[in-house]
Amino acid sequence: MIRVQQEDFDVGAEVAALSAGNHAVGGVAVFIGVVRDMAGDEAIGAMTLEHYPGMTERMLNSIEAEARERWPLEASLIIHRFGRLQPGERIVLVATASAHRHAAFEACEFLVDWLKTKAPFWKLEETAAGAKWVEARSSDDQAAARWHTGSKPDASDAAE
Amino acid sequence: MKLLYFAWLKAKTGVAEEELTPPPEVATVADLLAWLATRGPGHAAALADLSALRVAVNQEYAKPGDPVRPGDEVALFPPVTGG
Repeated sequence: MIRVQQEDFDVGAEVAALSAGNHAVGGVAVFIGVVRDMAGDEAIGAMTLEHYPGMTERMLNSIEAEARERWPLEASLIIHRFGRLQPGERIVLVATASAHRHAAFEACEFLVDWLKTKAPFWKLEETAAGAKWVEARSSDDQAAARWHTGSKPDASDAAE
Repeated sequence: MKLLYFAWLKAKTGVAEEELTPPPEVATVADLLAWLATRGPGHAAALADLSALRVAVNQEYAKPGDPVRPGDEVALFPPVTGG
């Protein structure tokens, strides 16, 4: 399931709902993206996430479908917020449920890597010097690309 | 044809959305970008560096050689930074 929304989400309730009533689920992996208060060495007051309504849902659905093809998942969930967010606020939730942990962990990481490079969202950061659009990072492309080759990313490039 | 601009492309072109009728010789994404760049200084500035640009046709990522047709929804935006 995917949702694109302005409002916050309840992590506990979302994760509980993901596997509720399905006792084939042996593990749930969860990633929560949060707004930082620094970009490099620059302080961030807040950020605004713009997106492309329609294409966003389409891309998230297609990324989720790809994960469901590649890993034996019992359930999956992507929630991505848009609008103005303060440091400390949640931006994204990715949760994957499977019989075994490896599929859940890998599919979760795959979904995060892919949505960072495919889902049409753009971050506008507010700094003391004014608002500026965040530039895409080649390390994100590399992190996503490894899912094509099966190779592991360079640890230093993939570090957040 | 419906053109959409996001993030800094919206600021540079000065529009979020516009309905345009490109000339018949505009057959591909590359043709369209070249034609759009001639539509004024804002568009020229927005389209100056094509490597900084991503294009979606009907909400699917498109390459320079992909076709564009009347009635398509074409979106121009920088590389994405969500997540």
